[in-house]
Amino acid sequence: MSLDPATVRRIARLARIGIDESDVPALQGELNGILGWVEQLNEVDVEGVTPMVGTGHAALRTRPDVVTDGNCRDAVLSNAPDGVGPFYTVPKVVE
Amino acid sequence: MSLTELTIADAASGLRARKFSAVELVRAHTDAIAALNPRLNAYITTTADGALKAAQQADEVLAKGEARSLTGIPLGIKDLFCTNGVRTTAASNILKNFVPPYESTVTANLLRDGAVFVGKTNLDEFAMGSANITSAFGPVENPWKRNGDDAALVPGGSSGGSAAAVAAGLAMGATGTDTGGSIRQPAAYCGIVGLKPTYGRCSRFGTIAYASSLDQAGPMARSVRDCAIMLQSMAGFDERDSTSVNCDVPDYSAAIGRSLKGLKVGIPAEYRAEGLSAEIETAWQQGIEWLRAAGCEIVDVSLPHTKYGLATYYIVAPAECSSNLARYDGLRFGERVPGETLDAMYEATRRAGFGPEVRRRIMMGTYVLSAGYYDAYYLKAQKVRTLIRRDFTEAFQKVDVLLTPTAPTPAFAQGEQSDDPVQMYLNDIFTVPASMAGMPAMSVPVGLGATGLPLGLQLIGRPFDEETLLATGSALEQAAGFTHRPAIRAEAAK
Repeated sequence: MSLDPATVRRIARLARIGIDESDVPALQGELNGILGWVEQLNEVDVEGVTPMVGTGHAALRTRPDVVTDGNCRDAVLSNAPDGVGPFYTVPKVVE
Repeated sequence: MSLTELTIADAASGLRARKFSAVELVRAHTDAIAALNPRLNAYITTTADGALKAAQQADEVLAKGEARSLTGIPLGIKDLFCTNGVRTTAASNILKNFVPPYESTVTANLLRDGAVFVGKTNLDEFAMGSANITSAFGPVENPWKRNGDDAALVPGGSSGGSAAAVAAGLAMGATGTDTGGSIRQPAAYCGIVGLKPTYGRCSRFGTIAYASSLDQAGPMARSVRDCAIMLQSMAGFDERDSTSVNCDVPDYSAAIGRSLKGLKVGIPAEYRAEGLSAEIETAWQQGIEWLRAAGCEIVDVSLPHTKYGLATYYIVAPAECSSNLARYDGLRFGERVPGETLDAMYEATRRAGFGPEVRRRIMMGTYVLSAGYYDAYYLKAQKVRTLIRRDFTEAFQKVDVLLTPTAPTPAFAQGEQSDDPVQMYLNDIFTVPASMAGMPAMSVPVGLGATGLPLGLQLIGRPFDEETLLATGSALEQAAGFTHRPAIRAEAAK
């Protein structure tokens, strides 16, 4: 599997990372280098093997869907890049 | 002995015996930071004023005879742990102004036990790296020097600032996080002890996420006993981390010096890999002899999927990172860069906020999770991960602990390794498999190589059996008598 420049641009778009056209050749080389190297996994027979999600030391716990540390609105908003009163502000996206 | 050369265990007894005060102890460290940090860059943020206030309170607690295990002990905190009211950057521009309004569970536990935080230590950006050269706040210099050579060496990564701070006497101990070797490899490069606990042993709540199924917090210190003392405080069940495991935390210090008679130590054949330097091979052989002399039975074992650990890691970790780092969008937090459209704003924000290694891993992860490639890469890697864990499970039916090298070479110089990402990834070849399997593992310094740099050996244990690591590690430590200290350190700078 080898990535072409169009695929590099598409991945960057999916990842929402802006790239310049001049970045594409270097990224293409690096990503292809890594992907070529991980191809070694094709040597491994994984027929019938269950995929490992997490490390399996404990079953995932659930808890009631309730607020456990409420009344901290100001703390939640304290790192917002831009805010007005008790709100996040975002750029206008609908004309 | 200088206050910056003491172990945590000795400092805690010295404080109780009133040989020195917590203020004196903490001030010795904050002065050392002021003198050496401009060169070593081990700390991103220093907190001398807060630390001295906390030290005064510690002295009051000591005067009342109410000291806890870490009362008055100056620690460095990897800048990946959220600390209430103290800037937490993950060594990234995107979080350079982030001040958490809450405390991570691990740091809250250390504060509960009286620890004094002297600053936030440098790391690879979002913990992605093996040399501490990807930090947005600049590289960390390893306090060790090669014989007769002043070249600046890397401290390893990602917990390179923590390792350098502890080695140089700028903290008595420090927290690290380990995703694929980020505690053990820098511990080996800097001649200190570092322990990655079993996945689920220490809470991940409030630790900035890189790859959630792998990330685990652990202690870094100058002795095995000090790691036991720190782990005692850091470990424990936490409801706020859904992967935290609810099982009893044993008395870790009790494991130090425990008899090893009859303990079965496995030597995995596959760790005699290409690229293993001759001096590390020799140190490994020496370690085997020391453990044999301590009464252990040495058993050859095989972990056949070892060679696939790294490739599996570089699919699984980027996949999880691309998902975890999606939250840095410039809307809720992160430094916002304006754009004409919403997508343009996201793209500009994330381009400006993330360095090249982080961007590369996010893109790798996005690709392996994307439609059409998920099965070929991500699902395949998850299956190989099962086989890697199975190797360990089978080995631990025959042996109690495994002994391997920690890293294939000693510390290298800044800029000495090629720009090829795959070459850089190979530094973690011996640490990644235990991470993939979630097993606890520890690095212990055992000697100096031909160029005068520290060499570490790795112990890997059964899940939740950190005690065997500590017992075996203390035997190695005692046999090695590792009392070497780096050229650049607080005591030498006076």
